[in-house]
Amino acid sequence: MTSATDVPAAALQLRDVALRFGGVTALAGISLEVERGELFALIGPNGAGKTSVLNCVSGLYRPASGSIAAIDRRGVRRYVHTLPPHRIAAMGVGRTFQNIELFKHMTVLDNLMLGRHVHMTGGVLSGGLYWGGQQRVEIEHRKQVERIVDFLRLEPLRDSEVGNLAYGDQKLVELGRALALDPSLLLLDEPMAGMNAEEKESMARFVLDVNQEWGVTVVVVDHAIDVVMEIADRVAVMDFGEKIAEGAPQQVRADPAVVTAYLGRQEGAAT
Amino acid sequence: MDAFLQLTVSGLSNGTTYALAAAGFVVVYKASDVINFAQGDLLLLGTYLIFFALAQAGLPWSVGVLVVVLMAVAAGLAVERLVLRPLVGEPVISMVMATIGLSSVLRALVNAVWGPRPRSFESFLPEGEVALGSAVVSAGRLLSIPIALAVLGGLGLFFRYARDGIAMRAIADDQQAALSMGISIPRVFGVAWGLAAVSAAVGGIMLANVVGVSPNVSAIGLRVFPVVVLGGLDSIGGAVIGGVAIGLLEVYAGGYLGHGLSLVIPYVVLLLVLMVRPYGLFGKEVIERV
Repeated sequence: MTSATDVPAAALQLRDVALRFGGVTALAGISLEVERGELFALIGPNGAGKTSVLNCVSGLYRPASGSIAAIDRRGVRRYVHTLPPHRIAAMGVGRTFQNIELFKHMTVLDNLMLGRHVHMTGGVLSGGLYWGGQQRVEIEHRKQVERIVDFLRLEPLRDSEVGNLAYGDQKLVELGRALALDPSLLLLDEPMAGMNAEEKESMARFVLDVNQEWGVTVVVVDHAIDVVMEIADRVAVMDFGEKIAEGAPQQVRADPAVVTAYLGRQEGAAT
Repeated sequence: MDAFLQLTVSGLSNGTTYALAAAGFVVVYKASDVINFAQGDLLLLGTYLIFFALAQAGLPWSVGVLVVVLMAVAAGLAVERLVLRPLVGEPVISMVMATIGLSSVLRALVNAVWGPRPRSFESFLPEGEVALGSAVVSAGRLLSIPIALAVLGGLGLFFRYARDGIAMRAIADDQQAALSMGISIPRVFGVAWGLAAVSAAVGGIMLANVVGVSPNVSAIGLRVFPVVVLGGLDSIGGAVIGGVAIGLLEVYAGGYLGHGLSLVIPYVVLLLVLMVRPYGLFGKEVIERV
């Protein structure tokens, strides 16, 4: 199931993905396509299933049915719904989490270096003993990490233990760690949650840069609808585990189903 | 003064062996949060394997040690693959219970193969005694100290610098994040159990030399618990300090206060330390904001 498929277009494709927890249906047959190079936003009320979509793509949840295909670093599309999470990460699907999941007892640099894990090929012995050009490899990884430190302006924090950082900075480190993976597809779960307007704006700037300058396909889930609508190329709206709308931001904003999902149905009003 | 030096050497030699067994325990706990009740029995297996390799198979000691270490790796990997991997995703307590079962199985296995009698084993560490000032200490015991420290140092370096060591720390810190970094949990758990078995085997080899080959070794393995609780469940350095501390306390108590107390004093100190530092001397404090 890991073989390349010949359909070239989408960077991420979900077909009829269903997910259930016991009797609860989290995803009721979702289909989505994210184009290469796109900045795609997934929005919807709490419990709509947005995070479940990301967890299915990154392999933390296994869908009950349906298929998921994503592009790897060479641009080859592969089915991922049968792969274990570490293999999906290794092929170039990076992500961040809604509730920050950092290695809290390590420094910012160590967290970013761990993001390089999939690119480190040394075994138990060669890595441990610094054999076989490991030093040169290490320097190369450090360079990549420094590039990310510069980009996210984390310079003053590089040697701080992550658990001690401010919330907004932790969010940035998590983005940096996902970037260190050198992702072909980046999944961001509420990167702007809990931030003030200024922080939101700079996070939005970074996400846009990653997408436009680094050429990474981005799927972002967030409640900051105003910001998301501004930066996304396309938006899909979810409610109760189903996709209720999809399209360009202004188009989706006007969709009556979306208005109903967010504002509730007016008593007696026709839909 | 002579007695003190003699006691110190034998305390350090016991203590570093405890530390080796404890370090294996810590590696598994760090990687998977599993409290490994079978660590003492891996130690037991180590003593009998070296007995088998040298006394029964007649290998020279250098080859024998290598063979035992390799067999330990295989045993560790097998335990991970057959006992623990089927339980991945189950509550940690299930895995802990499985290690209790594993402990009984290992002990019974050793008993079935080699019988309950103590076996005679010709030590390959140098016989005889060394004069340290006015004290006379056994050369084997003295030599076991640097050997154990070297293995422990290697483990420490592994955690600090090796890819799998760092991956292990990452998994211990945040499993979900580790997965999304492309870290393979089965691989890391396998490495952890391999290392746990190797450090237990080296400890077992030294026990075979210093104490002898008998089923009682698994009782020595029980010392792992005060050691790791004292040092902190997740700290290799803590295992070393805890091991040496318990080893010294035992012999000092035995030497100066009488044999009966040597079994009790380590636990008294343990309780006192836990009152002040509930996570052990070097354990990571687990505080989670909910």
